[in-house]
Amino acid sequence: MSDRIDPPMAMLAELTHRCPLACPYCSNPTELTGKERELSTEAWADVFRQAAALGVLQLHLSGGEPASRRDLVELVAAAREAGLYTNLITSGIGLTERRLKELDAAGLDHVQLSLQGVTAAMADRIGGYKGGFDRKMHVAEVIADIGFPLTLNAVMHRANLDDLEATIRMAQHLGARRIEIACVQFQGWALINRAQLQPSRAQVDVAKAAVAKAVEELRGALVIDFVPPDYYSDFPKACMNGWGSTGLNVTPDGTVLPCHAAETIPHLNFEKVQDLPLSEIWYNSPAFNAYRGTDWMPELCQTCDRRDIDFGGCRCQAMAVLGNAAAPDPVCRKSEGRAVLDVLLEQDVHEIAAPEYVYRR
Amino acid sequence: MMQRDDVPFLPRGVRTCFDRVRETEVLLGPERVLMLDQVGVAVLGKLDGVACLSEISQALSQVYDAPLDVIEPDVMAFVQDLVEKGMVHVRPH
Repeated sequence: MSDRIDPPMAMLAELTHRCPLACPYCSNPTELTGKERELSTEAWADVFRQAAALGVLQLHLSGGEPASRRDLVELVAAAREAGLYTNLITSGIGLTERRLKELDAAGLDHVQLSLQGVTAAMADRIGGYKGGFDRKMHVAEVIADIGFPLTLNAVMHRANLDDLEATIRMAQHLGARRIEIACVQFQGWALINRAQLQPSRAQVDVAKAAVAKAVEELRGALVIDFVPPDYYSDFPKACMNGWGSTGLNVTPDGTVLPCHAAETIPHLNFEKVQDLPLSEIWYNSPAFNAYRGTDWMPELCQTCDRRDIDFGGCRCQAMAVLGNAAAPDPVCRKSEGRAVLDVLLEQDVHEIAAPEYVYRR
Repeated sequence: MMQRDDVPFLPRGVRTCFDRVRETEVLLGPERVLMLDQVGVAVLGKLDGVACLSEISQALSQVYDAPLDVIEPDVMAFVQDLVEKGMVHVRPH
């Protein structure tokens, strides 16, 4: 392992956990933070300046729904003033034409619009919000009129994976430059709803072929990034590109995490921006150093030729499935934990009648 | 496929900046950061939305006193890669 700790490139700022939608795969923790505990405008502006000084280049303003923050325009202006490339990750709900123009004037660089489905029936069922799809389509038109570069972020799972080709067509129709086809990762609310969200192997095979075809056909016209459903993979994802290597996440109440799900690892203690400088937390906090590099790895990962490719996979998934955050990601075919994951997958896809979604509220 | 007389340009949402922490020029775009080497900086510095690829190659060939048939394939490959990443757009001359 290299002893040198590189500065972070990207920061995800979860401005709020408030959101009009209630998607059953939400990546927020199952215990949501209330408005009264959210950082103030000035506190966020200070975090942005600290992040830029630390080496962060890209800022992702997320939530919850970031448009639920009344000071969103001020926050974007503060981020740009700090020198950060500023991306807004939104469902579109809460963004009026006037507000989008203000965000444009404040210097917003890029918009990532989430897509719950390609029809109002599907999207509003998944989002648990009637009328949401129509409002989103209107917001997308305004985004195109203003000229913001747009990424469509389509979260895919059992109910909508068969609409993959229509989803890619929608990205083109909306003038998106890029689409992220993200199969649900099982953390937070998605873990509660895993049995309803898990696609079948047949669906996954069809989807992979459709993605490969679209990537070829649309080369140079639409950038397609595909996050495969990792229970069907043989090797783990390179989660966060390695713990504490590239990115960090700040929650609505100022807690600094190596990834958005890290709080599911109970023995780690996470610092807050109110208590310590961001650089101190990044370089020296025990939580960031817990799974940094390769020293923490079990023998299987230490000696594996994929050690520097996937970094042992996702710590939170090892925690969720095996109860041990320092175990190899159970997606790995070489690991003992894979048998546990296979049992879960078998249960998911043979569920006769999947229960109703548990909505995130 | 890109033509030699296509005009490359940085679309809205893509910009270069100097990274003071890493002391290097970078290209920033939607969810992407590219560290630029000297060649990258030189090529992107010539993207003015007017010059076509062949003119850019000629200009760089003069600046670096290198043969055009060496420079041009490098420029085309560099720009083609950025087009596929969505970081550079081209329009016909």
